[in-house]
Amino acid sequence: MDVVNQLQRQFIDYSASLHREGFLDDQFTQLQKLQDDNSPDFVVEVASLFFEDCEKLINNMARALEQQQGVDFKQVDASVHQLKGSSSSIGAMRVKDVCIAFRSFCEAQNREGCLRCLQQVTHEYSLLKNKLQTLFRLQQQILAAGGSIPVVE
Amino acid sequence: MVLAESGFSSPRNDAFPAGLRVLVVDDDPTWLKILEKMLKKCSYEVTTCCLAREALNLLRERKDGYDIVISDVNMPDMDGFKLLEHVGLEMDLPVIMMSVDGETSRVMKGVQHGACDYLLKPIRMKELRNIWQHVFRKKIHEVRDIESLEGFESIQMTRSGYDLFDDGHFLSGDDTTSGRKRKDADNKHDDRELSDPSSTKKARVVWTVDLHQKFVKAVNLIGFDKVGPKKILDLMNVPWLTRENVASHLQKYRLYLSRLQKESDIKNSFIGMKHSDLPSKDSTASFGPNKAMNMIPDDVPNGTYSFSASNSLAQNVDLKGQGDLKGITSAPVAEPKGALSIDIHDSHEAKSTQMSFDHSLGSVDSAVSFASFNSTTPLQYPWTEIPEIQFKQECEPLHLENGFSQLPLPGPSMIENEANRSRIEVKPLLDECRSNFVEHLGPVGAEDLFPIQSKSQSLNNQVFDLISATKSSMKTQDVGLNYLADSEFALRNLNASGVGVPLATLSEDLQICWLQGDCYPMNYGLQDLECPTYDNPALMAETPFHLYDVLRFDHEHLFDPTENYAIDQGLFA
Repeated sequence: MDVVNQLQRQFIDYSASLHREGFLDDQFTQLQKLQDDNSPDFVVEVASLFFEDCEKLINNMARALEQQQGVDFKQVDASVHQLKGSSSSIGAMRVKDVCIAFRSFCEAQNREGCLRCLQQVTHEYSLLKNKLQTLFRLQQQILAAGGSIPVVE
Repeated sequence: MVLAESGFSSPRNDAFPAGLRVLVVDDDPTWLKILEKMLKKCSYEVTTCCLAREALNLLRERKDGYDIVISDVNMPDMDGFKLLEHVGLEMDLPVIMMSVDGETSRVMKGVQHGACDYLLKPIRMKELRNIWQHVFRKKIHEVRDIESLEGFESIQMTRSGYDLFDDGHFLSGDDTTSGRKRKDADNKHDDRELSDPSSTKKARVVWTVDLHQKFVKAVNLIGFDKVGPKKILDLMNVPWLTRENVASHLQKYRLYLSRLQKESDIKNSFIGMKHSDLPSKDSTASFGPNKAMNMIPDDVPNGTYSFSASNSLAQNVDLKGQGDLKGITSAPVAEPKGALSIDIHDSHEAKSTQMSFDHSLGSVDSAVSFASFNSTTPLQYPWTEIPEIQFKQECEPLHLENGFSQLPLPGPSMIENEANRSRIEVKPLLDECRSNFVEHLGPVGAEDLFPIQSKSQSLNNQVFDLISATKSSMKTQDVGLNYLADSEFALRNLNASGVGVPLATLSEDLQICWLQGDCYPMNYGLQDLECPTYDNPALMAETPFHLYDVLRFDHEHLFDPTENYAIDQGLFA
């Protein structure tokens, strides 16, 4: 029980920090609430989908921005918009914020600005992925130890 | 309560709103999963798909299989707004749009296209919990419509419309009598359809070809600009029809016309005549020579109105697809051109124009189209797959025969070829109206669009037969066109309402009417050359245009009797 409590405490603290640092927002909490007996791995599944989608979109953007002959900003913008939508699905606030700035650069057809944003977005995405993986690991540990996942409001 | 029993065709054991059948369309897999989970938590029955086309297929396959559609605005294969329009037109289901982008202009666009709500992502459970209200609201309105019509009587009325033509008393009050005997079977059928609770959704006033023609005539008589539901109602002289029915129909018609207009603008280049009279947007393009040209005046956003009204004559010949048209030099066709092009611009519209303007002008069969031209029903020019139009057109072709020798219009669908017609590609119309007019000629199959697929198909077949028969005479053009146009319009309505109009009967009727030659519509055409400009953008906002397939309207618009008349008169010349 001690182990479980400890793990749970860790989980709560970690969750809180992620929220505090802006990695996740309320949407993530909503997802956790949606998880139930019918879909016990709901949050993990959603996060996986998000990661996949993110990677694909980031690749698209990179490819589009690499075009030497002429960057198709519309295409980049479309991908950014999609990423924005995707990030809003799990509450990836920081990623979403970068997307907003990213879109302005697309509109302005500023390749440099776009490339910078792409870098930022990639960075934020990696950070988030790591943190979520840590969180999920903690979750698994709690469950393995016989405990239940605390809901962090 | 009404809702509990009616409208939901699939078995629902739970009390409404539980069990609400929702179709979610979103290309984002993450959101799709989340929404599915949330909706399931609301006890709704969820179906997800990530492609708009797939969604449309699902909807078409199971016409009454869903209660509401939730769709994202940005999707790779199809614009969410386009999907929204399709759904509204074909299935008349409430649609909720979603997006991470909450800009006012986008939201406005959503509403304009008929969305009953616009949700911003991230979406919360509480927002989804109440989506059933949209379904409920629609049901209530439908029930009201039905109640306002006297179901059985109205059916009879519509039937009698055909009779009227036969007797040449177009707007007389006699229509109630003769028609009645005739299609009793139909009546019953229609009646049943109307009162069938499960089809409540579509059980509205049955705007049959006949009824619609009356409507168009009245509108033309009054003058589109000065038209008003009360005036129309008075002129139509249909006892069971209410002012509300006419008002809502008028609204749709206007939208249809405006849409046609847009499409024709777009399509100008494609087809000489773009009838697409979708009322949705200012289109009125297809109206008669005079009007046609300008039909789309202000409303047409595109402004490209191809007004070829004067050109239309020549245009008809131009119709790309149709070599046959060449023969038809009479002006009437010209107009459609304008009209047709109108819609093209508008993606939504584009479709309609295609359809109607198939103008396969080349063929004399165009008589058929011609007929459609006259009629307000969107004559779908065979060119494209106008599925719906076909139906309408078919009706019209008969007219054409009689008096459309001049009309180049090949009844929208009719003209093209029978082959084309049968193809009625409803789908293409909608989806590809814009650009694929020609391409889509084929295969879509009207079914796609028509709620009553089989019906339309058979109708089409029938029509085709009729059309071929009528090839020669375009004399009845005016009448025919109007008839057709109206017919189409009505048909569309019919289809929309899921009423099983016996196609066979219809064609039969149409035939008779067409042969009349002296139909009233024609006369009206003359009198009111002012083609009504159905450019009432304001009207667009309403969903009505959903109900009317672009095609339908196109024809209708095109076939404004007045317009045709002018054409015949050589105004174009």
